[in-house]
Amino acid sequence: MNSKVTDRIATSIFYLIAATIVTVLVGLLGYIIFHGFSKLNLEFLTSPSSSFRAGGGIGNQLFNSFYILFLTMVFTVPLGLGGGIYMAEYARPGRLTNAIRTCIEVLASLPSIVIGMFGLLMFVNLTGWGYSILGGALALTVFNLPVMVRVCEDALRTVQRDQKEASLALGITHWHTIKTVLLPAAFPSILTGAILASGRVFGEAAALLFTAGLTTPTLDFSNWNPFDSTSPLNVFRPAETLAVHIWAVNTQGLIPDVREVADGSSAVLIISVLIFNLLARWIGSAVHKKITASK
Amino acid sequence: MGQAVLTEEKTVFDIKNLNLWYGKNLALKDIDFAIYNNEITAIIGPSGCGKSTFIKTLNLMIQNIPGVRMSGEINYDHQNLINGKVDLVDLRKKVGMVFQKANPFPKSIYENVAYGPKIHGLKKKGKLDEIVERSLRDVFLWDEVKDRLNTSALGLSGGQQQRLCIARAIATKPDVILMDEPTSALDPISTIKIEELALQLKKDYSIVMVTHNMQQAARVSDRTAFFLMGELIEYAHTSKIFSAPSDKRTEDYVTGRFG
Repeated sequence: MNSKVTDRIATSIFYLIAATIVTVLVGLLGYIIFHGFSKLNLEFLTSPSSSFRAGGGIGNQLFNSFYILFLTMVFTVPLGLGGGIYMAEYARPGRLTNAIRTCIEVLASLPSIVIGMFGLLMFVNLTGWGYSILGGALALTVFNLPVMVRVCEDALRTVQRDQKEASLALGITHWHTIKTVLLPAAFPSILTGAILASGRVFGEAAALLFTAGLTTPTLDFSNWNPFDSTSPLNVFRPAETLAVHIWAVNTQGLIPDVREVADGSSAVLIISVLIFNLLARWIGSAVHKKITASK
Repeated sequence: MGQAVLTEEKTVFDIKNLNLWYGKNLALKDIDFAIYNNEITAIIGPSGCGKSTFIKTLNLMIQNIPGVRMSGEINYDHQNLINGKVDLVDLRKKVGMVFQKANPFPKSIYENVAYGPKIHGLKKKGKLDEIVERSLRDVFLWDEVKDRLNTSALGLSGGQQQRLCIARAIATKPDVILMDEPTSALDPISTIKIEELALQLKKDYSIVMVTHNMQQAARVSDRTAFFLMGELIEYAHTSKIFSAPSDKRTEDYVTGRFG
């Protein structure tokens, strides 16, 4: 067989693989959106879910998902940034750094159900909070942190070395160089990474089953006092998120329209994650343009 | 006459017995060197001879490389840089550097030049504007960019970027400018512009220029040092190095017999 023929075969095999991947993804996405889309309307998105009767919505779950996501990012971004800066700029190559890196990698590949069990021990039992939004957000922080550290470290490392040299050669201190040269240059990739991580956090269920719980108390959306038990902002109340809701109605739902609710919720979840991904791309490139062009 | 010689021979850097190791490798061997005021000192030699290493010792940028050790003396402004007590911020304000590849920050032209003075504490807009204009005029870039100071520096040509980097370096008012092969990534016309610029700048600054281009050394420098395998083989007035070198190895190198 001559090399031209082999080349052609190789090319077609890769096209075939690519086509398979695209077909599976488009098929899956299309199936979920096709089945769920008809269910989507304002009422479904805003009304509370029902326990027995048909016609319940996902309002509380949607709110819970975004609230937990928000809290998780509030915890993760500063920690991840700090860890990433340390790993990229301060950690000296050696045993300690290797040990830290191994820990981060192990943590990143930890199954989320294990993180859920850890969360149950730490944030539910040990703290005595019971199932709570805060516990869920902390469990998701554990889940998300290694990824954020990696994202920040990689983003800082890809900033060109000569930029850093230029700054140091002007007599600017290491910390100032990080702050004024490295971080701005790395910001678009960090932002993109953070938004992508948000998509992952948004769709996470297993880590929340035993930390944020499977129920949501009756919420009064006109009460924004975070210390009140019926307030949606109260971080010590249990909160079922959208991903958990999908799992819950499918396994133990007593409502007659299980299928519709699950389809609708799945579509909302997928569309949200899709929006996160598109946002990541758009905002990332927009910020990059803004930073590199005029001030 | 004696007086004239004394002022002419005023040095900014005095280097004695400088040794430098990368880990266990001795990269600079027992260098004795002096850099004179308001002159261009060229450093030539084949790749790997230690010329880039040497120039990076003068602002201690070499210390950013892990595993570097030095002994001897690098005397600048009445202190030995090697004793570890030097304030790097002060030193690098006074000893600026321009790199092989133009490395402007991905910011506006104005921000690039104002960056150093700003971080060193200058806040007043008027004063900053003045410094930016003067620095850009000094590198003959002002007329080319004055209408687009707020556009990205990355939109400039390679030669303009390199002149911008020189402007950025002189904006902190240094005594010395180190240039590490400043034209090796540039086309001939941009190269000539940088050389002319260097000749202008030596009125106010002392310049140390590493170059692999011997014609360049011959064209612009007052003194030339020839490095080979970490040793300073010969250091003399440029005319002497190129017309009557005392060392056979220098002669072989400048006549193109090796390197």
